Amino acid sequence: MTESSSEEFLQKILKAKEEKNWSAIADLIPYFNYLGMEVLDRENELICRIPQNKKFTGNPTLPAIHGGVVGAFLESTALVHLLVTQEITQLPKIITFTIDYLRSAKVDECFAEAVITKPGRRVANMRVRAWQKDRSKPIATANANFLVS
Amino acid sequence: MSEAFDITQIQNIIDIAIPHCSDIGVQVESLSNDSVVMKLPYDERFVGNPVTGVLHGGIVTTLIDTTSGMCIYAKLQKYIPIATLDLRIDYLKSAEPGKDVLAEATCYRLTRQIGFVRAVAYHDNPDDPIANSVSTFMLHSSASMPLDRVSTEEGGNS
Repeated sequence: MTESSSEEFLQKILKAKEEKNWSAIADLIPYFNYLGMEVLDRENELICRIPQNKKFTGNPTLPAIHGGVVGAFLESTALVHLLVTQEITQLPKIITFTIDYLRSAKVDECFAEAVITKPGRRVANMRVRAWQKDRSKPIATANANFLVS
Repeated sequence: MSEAFDITQIQNIIDIAIPHCSDIGVQVESLSNDSVVMKLPYDERFVGNPVTGVLHGGIVTTLIDTTSGMCIYAKLQKYIPIATLDLRIDYLKSAEPGKDVLAEATCYRLTRQIGFVRAVAYHDNPDDPIANSVSTFMLHSSASMPLDRVSTEEGGNS
């Protein structure tokens, strides 16, 4: 709520970046914890992961993960990518988010990666992609704009 | 319970047949052929900014996606399998920490295969929205069992 706690939060993120302690970043944000999101650094490639969890089921007959969870995971992946790769002075704020659902997502672990299409001074434009077992078969793609300053 | 398409029936389906919705605690507020209003009680688990306590956009996406799908059922007065095709959300202002979020969705066009929906998320007044959304849904997206049957068959646990 106060300037100092906002400053403290930013310091924690900067410290985690310095130590490449990506799990610390996920721990800072309650909703990332709810998703059980992990940040994996694989050969200079940032990939986010959420585990299999029955609480994400949106359609028990298929069964499939709720579309909202897939959307939230993509948005979270974009945010983590910004936090980790960009010099930030505040927590980026989502402005627009557009998701295309390509396949129904099984109730299983999901992976996602983000790329920055345009790292603007005020707005960052991102593309995000999620998949499950087969990386060449994305379950969803999204476009996101974040206010970064 | 199959003849009445009412709030109690839908809430029952949410609580039993949609595990994620029951986990996040969404509630049906009101229902008509034209629109559905659902409520997400504020919950610290869903905070996206720990400094301010503002909810993460993703949980608002989930509420909007759920309400949007539900308004197709309300318009059809039945539970066919549907799937979100695409969903766009504009975040107009931050949600206020500690306050419940509501979403109102309207299916403004329904074809044989596609449902077109708009929705807003808000606290007190839909005319003062937190987020605005448009989405499309595939109808008859799979050969699976409709949700009302899942909820009567003990949660349909896979």
